[in-house]
Amino acid sequence: MATAYSVTLRTPASTATLIAAAVLIVALFAAPAYASRGMIQDLFFILTMLTLAQYWNLLAGYGGLVSVGQQAFVGIGAYALYGAVILGGADPILSILLGGVAALLLAIPTAFFAFRLQGAYFAIGTWVIAEIARLSVAQWRGVGGGTGTSLPRDALRELAFVDGIRALFDVRASAARDILSYWLALTLAVITIAGVYWLLRTKRGLALAAVRDNTEAAKSVGVDASRMKWVVFLTSAFGTGLAGGLIYLQKARISPDAAFSVTDWTAYVIFIVVIGGIGTIEGPILGVLVFFVLQSLLADYGSWYLMVLGLIGISVMLFAPRGLWGLISERTGLQLFPIRRRLVGGSNTKREV
Amino acid sequence: MIWIDTIIQGILLGGLYALFAAGLSLVFGIMRLVNLAHGDLIILGAYIILISVTVLGLNPFFAILIAAPLMFALGWALQKLVLNRTLGEDILPPLLVTFGLSVVIQNGLLEGFSADSQRISAGALETASISVGPISMGVLPLLTFGSAILVIVVLNHIFYRTAIGRAFRATSDDAVTASLMGIKPERVFATATGLAMVVAAIAALYLGVRANFDPSIGPARLIYAFEAVIIGGLGSLWGTLLGGVIIGVAQTVGAAINPEWQILAGHVAFLVVLLIRPRGLFPRGN
Repeated sequence: MATAYSVTLRTPASTATLIAAAVLIVALFAAPAYASRGMIQDLFFILTMLTLAQYWNLLAGYGGLVSVGQQAFVGIGAYALYGAVILGGADPILSILLGGVAALLLAIPTAFFAFRLQGAYFAIGTWVIAEIARLSVAQWRGVGGGTGTSLPRDALRELAFVDGIRALFDVRASAARDILSYWLALTLAVITIAGVYWLLRTKRGLALAAVRDNTEAAKSVGVDASRMKWVVFLTSAFGTGLAGGLIYLQKARISPDAAFSVTDWTAYVIFIVVIGGIGTIEGPILGVLVFFVLQSLLADYGSWYLMVLGLIGISVMLFAPRGLWGLISERTGLQLFPIRRRLVGGSNTKREV
Repeated sequence: MIWIDTIIQGILLGGLYALFAAGLSLVFGIMRLVNLAHGDLIILGAYIILISVTVLGLNPFFAILIAAPLMFALGWALQKLVLNRTLGEDILPPLLVTFGLSVVIQNGLLEGFSADSQRISAGALETASISVGPISMGVLPLLTFGSAILVIVVLNHIFYRTAIGRAFRATSDDAVTASLMGIKPERVFATATGLAMVVAAIAALYLGVRANFDPSIGPARLIYAFEAVIIGGLGSLWGTLLGGVIIGVAQTVGAAINPEWQILAGHVAFLVVLLIRPRGLFPRGN
């Protein structure tokens, strides 16, 4: 009677999700064929915010590292791109990678300092470093100092693939650039979600969850807690830097106050993750959609919008700390990206481990 | 000579930063809560004083008598109704709730008072100065520094010599045992936050009289306050004053070399101290 037990991560819902995700990704890649330019720009915004949210969620939700300084990596990624293109004449698209590398390089000393601080002090430490980065970049005359600068027209005109896109969709150069940025954002978002999901399913992901739930217990079974923190922090910085470079490649104009804005690149991201559901992959996806709807509805009301967002964030944290996705999965038991190992087989028993 | 002058200005500026930081240090010491909205609450206090001065025509130093009880009540209610719910093992809820609060207060002020710079007028006091030998010092910065020392003396007195201070220390050490002795931790926490907001109101007065302010400058004050607290070492109010002075001196010296380096120099000083003394200059042993 005894059938073999096996450990699995897959659930019927996750298999369905995988198929639905594949269909969705194909549909999104084809979007320029049927969507308006405004919609492409909106999707670009959603996808880049989703990417930033996934990396912040990896840090705070899985790594327990609540950073309020992610704008440092957005800004440095963006400025590395502008520096390379304006001063070095580099290819803008390849320079996005440089943005990621620059963020990674900044993250090493940042982690060295910030890891000396615990909890809330870590949050402020990262914020201070972001301020230092902003103030230092404002001294960099080559990219416009405090007032900022624009990407040179030549660099934009000679952007790779743009001619091909123009021919393919019969659009103007500026619309073609938006389509290119959109495709890059979609690629980055897909790689990010797949990468985070992969990481969480590996042995490292298990170690990460263990460290988050109980650092001492995790250490006692041989998990190198500080190494996990480094892995998570550097990964997030690299991804955030890539997103920063891409965002400002699309904007084509930069200033230190905008690129290192705590509201745009950290506050919004925190609200997206908290409202959607921290510590899950589904949460930021749901959160960014809620965020976008709220923004579309309330954008005309300026500071009221941010107040409402703040109040919603506070309420969710107080009354539903696991966010909207937490509420949904509690009611339905649904997990689209399961990372829990389950024991299946035997006498038809299913147990969660 | 100019350098001595610069350093004295920096020391006096440190008094203002210590005032920003004292409330933060108090709350952290008692309930391990870090209030990311502290800077914005100071700015809110500055607007309350501004209204009292412009609408009621009060002298700003009397307006504090209106602002301080209001801020106490606000802090008390905030702690009792919102922040107490966030306390616990997990550090995420208090951080995220106070961060949300910061955004709400900032944008609420922006909606109510616009982004225009404001200043609290203190008449002749603003420019009054006294000379000690060749060095001239502003009366207002001296008053700020004196107030910072007074606030720290009073807080230390409350903390170590009064019944409520005993309740603070008991709850800080072990809230469960303290509650067995008839102390209600939620009330103690609410009182502590109320007290921190009174200090914030005093800080707001000097902030508003010293320079222009607008709704967006709260987070920067929060950062200076944090730097002062961390440099000084958690739990030491005199350490916080010294931390404030270090930030203040670094900023004025930085500004004397190049005006654009003012803020940067303060942050760099913070990092240097953190590098050499990770637990601050006067850490409370644990």
